[in-house]
Amino acid sequence: MTPENRSDYWKANIRLVTILLIIWFIASYGLAILLVEPLNQFYLGGYPLGFWFAQQGSIYVFLVLIFAYAFGMNRLDKKFDVEE
Amino acid sequence: MSNLSNLDIWTYSVVGFTFATYIGIAIWARAGTTGEFYVAGKGVHPVLNGMATGADWMSAASFISMAGLIAFNGYGGSVFLMGWTGGYVLLALLLAPYLRKFGKFTVPEFIGDRYYSQTARIVAVICLILASITYVIGQMKGIGVAFSRFLEVSYDMGLYIGMAIVAVYAVLGGMKGITYTQIAQYVVLIMAYTIPAIFISLNLTGNPFPQLGLGSEYAPDGVASGVSMLAKLDQVVTELGFKEYTTQTMGSTLNMFAYTLSLMIGTAGLPHVIIRFFTVPTVKSARFSAGWALVFIAILYTTAPAVGAMARLNFIDTLMIEKTETTEQGLAAFEPLPGDDLPGWFQNWSQTGLLVWKDLNDDGLVQYYNDKNDATIAEADALGYKGSEIFHGTGDALKPGPDLDIMVLANPEIAGLPNWVIALIVAGGLAAALSTAAGLLLAISSAISHDLLKSVFMKDISEKAELNAGRLSMIGAIIVAGYLGLNPPGFAAGTVAIAFGLAASSIFPALMLGIFYKRMNNVGAVAGMIAGITVTLLYVFQHKGIFFIPGTEFLAPQLGMGADWFFGISPNAFGAVGAVVNFAVAFLVSAVTAPPPEHIQHLVEDVRVPRGAGDATGH
Repeated sequence: MTPENRSDYWKANIRLVTILLIIWFIASYGLAILLVEPLNQFYLGGYPLGFWFAQQGSIYVFLVLIFAYAFGMNRLDKKFDVEE
Repeated sequence: MSNLSNLDIWTYSVVGFTFATYIGIAIWARAGTTGEFYVAGKGVHPVLNGMATGADWMSAASFISMAGLIAFNGYGGSVFLMGWTGGYVLLALLLAPYLRKFGKFTVPEFIGDRYYSQTARIVAVICLILASITYVIGQMKGIGVAFSRFLEVSYDMGLYIGMAIVAVYAVLGGMKGITYTQIAQYVVLIMAYTIPAIFISLNLTGNPFPQLGLGSEYAPDGVASGVSMLAKLDQVVTELGFKEYTTQTMGSTLNMFAYTLSLMIGTAGLPHVIIRFFTVPTVKSARFSAGWALVFIAILYTTAPAVGAMARLNFIDTLMIEKTETTEQGLAAFEPLPGDDLPGWFQNWSQTGLLVWKDLNDDGLVQYYNDKNDATIAEADALGYKGSEIFHGTGDALKPGPDLDIMVLANPEIAGLPNWVIALIVAGGLAAALSTAAGLLLAISSAISHDLLKSVFMKDISEKAELNAGRLSMIGAIIVAGYLGLNPPGFAAGTVAIAFGLAASSIFPALMLGIFYKRMNNVGAVAGMIAGITVTLLYVFQHKGIFFIPGTEFLAPQLGMGADWFFGISPNAFGAVGAVVNFAVAFLVSAVTAPPPEHIQHLVEDVRVPRGAGDATGH
């Protein structure tokens, strides 16, 4: 593979990781810690919403992120022809 | 123990049966995989590998301790939930696939090669040992609690018995086929955790899913109450003078932030978890196996908040019975339990010294409330109460409140569940503690025998001597951790949190920079690791004693260094600060020293591309 190709692959990888980590940050540090008080004004069933993100929601988001990464990277591997 | 009760028989049977299963599997798997010691994970389906990783990961801290901390810290306990799951995102996105591509066996090996330096490798080994031993102390605390209750002995005696069993187990199970044993341990621990939770959720809310039950209406024994489970809990705890459950924090917002960050980064920097991703067959499967591991971990972690909240409510409900049809508010709305009516589980735990009633006002009634809250103290005075009467500890050294590490184990008994469920939870706690302790001890022994002796100090050591050195270092680690476990620096999960802080401040930055920053050189990485772990250790030792030995704390309030003096950040959360220091020092030092040689830059280029990942090799 050419150096340009290699660097494009790496840039695409970094872009994907950056987007996913921004979501990771918002779901945990943002909604569950920094914004927990305003969000607790709303309810999800019997859960105050900020509390729900802290003890349930963030974990579900983490799961989705890891699988999104795995599928996203597999697609990049194919596109740039760097699969094993 | 001359008269075995029905519960005793159940407990011995279930614990005995599970142990026999683990040993049987270990023997069976060993026979089938001779010569495949290092690649045990290779032929294992990613889903099964995820289960094994889950058992490896979920320790006494997750199983025994965490829900108890959530129960008494409410929303503040969320730092453990998010920290110990969110770290998998970092691990999956930033480390796992690249370390797999690199294809070596130990974390210090990667650091030594990437930073072309034996010094870097030795520093990594020392950081790894410090973090892992601290982690084992936390396991020992959990094992001590489980055995003290199971065998009805004191906590110290439970700890000694636990040390002996871990020593035998680690030598036996630490050899081969550990993956299959861990799959069995996962099944045991997840059943032990979820079955009682389902029962209790049904009892209190009528919803069989604890994740939903916690957000449902409080309906004890099917009688609707019109308020939600969490609102009910908030009401009860505040009437007894405690902080409101759903808004109670652990320190400031900054401390919550740092605590979560420290646990997340530490998760991605702990060697015994990282090793799991070295042995999967491909880079692609390394990406997926992190996801599967988190699926299995999330089953416990999303159940834990319900376990904590419901245990808290049931615990209070047993001791302080809410009066029906009363107009009274606060403490007066509760009827203390007569001491003669203390349930059997309470008396059993009293023998361990982890839950003690002391009748301060000699009225024969058990009062339990927050005696640090001024408004509640005024109410208590009016009722003739002389302080909350629930303690843990022995003799004169009583500490207020129950030992939080008993909550998960006591929970099914408090809720009055059948004996087989109670027996199951003891087996689950032991499975969690043993699987993690074995994994950690393996990481410690391989660091000493493989990374230190074989590669640095005694290059011509024979394979047999290397193995013996590994075994000896395991025993040494157990003794050190057991000794320190007699006076643990905190509850199991709190102690483990310190271990994560140490890993966060040393290993994670070196690994991440090694992959994502080609310019990072040997001097920068070494300086960063040393600076990061040093500031973290200093802060922890300052609060908890030098190597956690009681009486050696060196806080200096006269110099403005009171507890949590650094912006209110607690020592358990300080790994986040240590990690920042590590990154900063590494950048600064590498900027003023020579860049890494050409071939190292090629190595980094190579690690970033999946194609060409061979089998993992040891050298």
